[in-house]
Amino acid sequence: MAELRTEELTLNMGPQHPSTHGVLRLVLKLNGEIVDDVKPELGYLHRCFEKHAEAMTYPQVIPYTDRMDYVNAMSNELAYVLSVEKLLGIEIPERVEYIRVIMSELQRIASHLVAIGTYGNDAGAFTPFLYCFMDREKVLELFEMVCGARMLYNYFWIGGLSHDITPEFITKTKELIKYLRPRIKQVNNLLSYNKIFIERTADIGILPVDVAINAGVSGPSLRGSGIKYDLRKDDTYSIYNRFDFEVCVGTGERGTVGDCWNRYIVRAYEIEQSLRIIEQAIDKIPEGDVQSAVPKRVKPVAGESYVRTESPKGELAYYVVSDGSLNPYRVKARSTSFCNLSVINQISRGHMIADVVMILGSFDIVLGCIDR
Amino acid sequence: MGILNKLDNRVEQFESGNIIITSADKLLNWSRLSSMWQMFFGLACCAIEMMATSASHYDLDRFGIIPRPSPRHVDIILISGTVTLKMATRIKRLWDQMPEPKYCLSMGSCANCGGPYWEHGYNVLKGVDRIIPVDVYVPGCPPRPEALLEGLIKLQERIREQSLAKKQA
Repeated sequence: MAELRTEELTLNMGPQHPSTHGVLRLVLKLNGEIVDDVKPELGYLHRCFEKHAEAMTYPQVIPYTDRMDYVNAMSNELAYVLSVEKLLGIEIPERVEYIRVIMSELQRIASHLVAIGTYGNDAGAFTPFLYCFMDREKVLELFEMVCGARMLYNYFWIGGLSHDITPEFITKTKELIKYLRPRIKQVNNLLSYNKIFIERTADIGILPVDVAINAGVSGPSLRGSGIKYDLRKDDTYSIYNRFDFEVCVGTGERGTVGDCWNRYIVRAYEIEQSLRIIEQAIDKIPEGDVQSAVPKRVKPVAGESYVRTESPKGELAYYVVSDGSLNPYRVKARSTSFCNLSVINQISRGHMIADVVMILGSFDIVLGCIDR
Repeated sequence: MGILNKLDNRVEQFESGNIIITSADKLLNWSRLSSMWQMFFGLACCAIEMMATSASHYDLDRFGIIPRPSPRHVDIILISGTVTLKMATRIKRLWDQMPEPKYCLSMGSCANCGGPYWEHGYNVLKGVDRIIPVDVYVPGCPPRPEALLEGLIKLQERIREQSLAKKQA
């Protein structure tokens, strides 16, 4: 029989694809079912954040930071606000710090629930998606109670908060903690330890530690590879040093350390740790005025500041340069998902097409954060 | 009987109960508006609210709206988020691939008019209606799930009034 002629196939995945978590385009080079090369093509959601920031006053930039990584808007606000506060050199009231920590951790839970739900959806399990969104809805109710918005809040102001919390919020948060603990176990039973899910994710897309560090991967994606690195502990900001929590890493409970399953399970573990932080913070909120330190006019002296924070997706930082005027001279965002995505080519090679979907989902990317 | 309730008094039923008489328009419109399949396609922030709407709490399924990944299966496209210039050509292409009759719902300020990116967004299309025809606009940044549901019900009302005889407005 004559030799079969084979040739490389170029396959286009996205920008309209249900598993690319937005409008990402992946150009796959295939050898049969095996992936030889993955090239992410970006820019389908480039919304000109950095250019916008130059035309806005400092407080006006906050709504735009919300829309960068829209699944965890609070963390984006926090990073930007901390950066500007450092530039201004103002002291923040204790009450504000505590509320900020509670809000950031609630947002972390909401973000991880989206990550877990959509990841199950990528694997073909639709039920966990419904359960996760049901729980996320409860978290969003709390946000709505405080600031009126469900997703994009504009809640953290420079020097304070837009609204104070109510006693009702505290009782509802305590109820939520009680409600969520068994629900996380339920999601774990439904998805994390499901045999089919483990088959799809364990030993797939192993991210070696040196590759991860060289590419600047951070957050649960890095911790999935077994590195205990969390900015809340290692370069602490706000008042995170006052709380007792653990940094969760992938331990190879199933599969190998650094594979998709370990990256995924770190998020499930982290929800529990966030609940612990909220539990500790909710009883200690001191009295005070949340707007006492809000400056009338934000006009920092010329200079620059860089603050990095641990967002649910990893290291999120804002670099703000001031020229002494009312508008920032430059705002640069160090986007988490962009760095996390950069390793996809290296770790997808040699896997099947269906595994690329799982590898992409395990990084929990948000295109608003990548393209800005 | 479910169908008869949906067609609300626009049908005549015979005594045996097996035969109903209605106009072709009413039957077609009823079937179209009760199974509007939506494209599984999210652009930006509004897509998360769209997902929340189709998840358990708001449950889009009860309106017969289920997400399908291929443009060739769907009746309705929800433009859920900011349309950038790079994405605009792709959206036009997706729209062209959808079979008639097709409907478009523009969700959120960005898709309606450019929204917060109106002034300085050099890469943002100022309204998706510049490339494809839009049936219903839902304002908000992002619209709440209730607002999206109302937009979809408005679209259903619009489909109910369609006629084969006169051209679709």
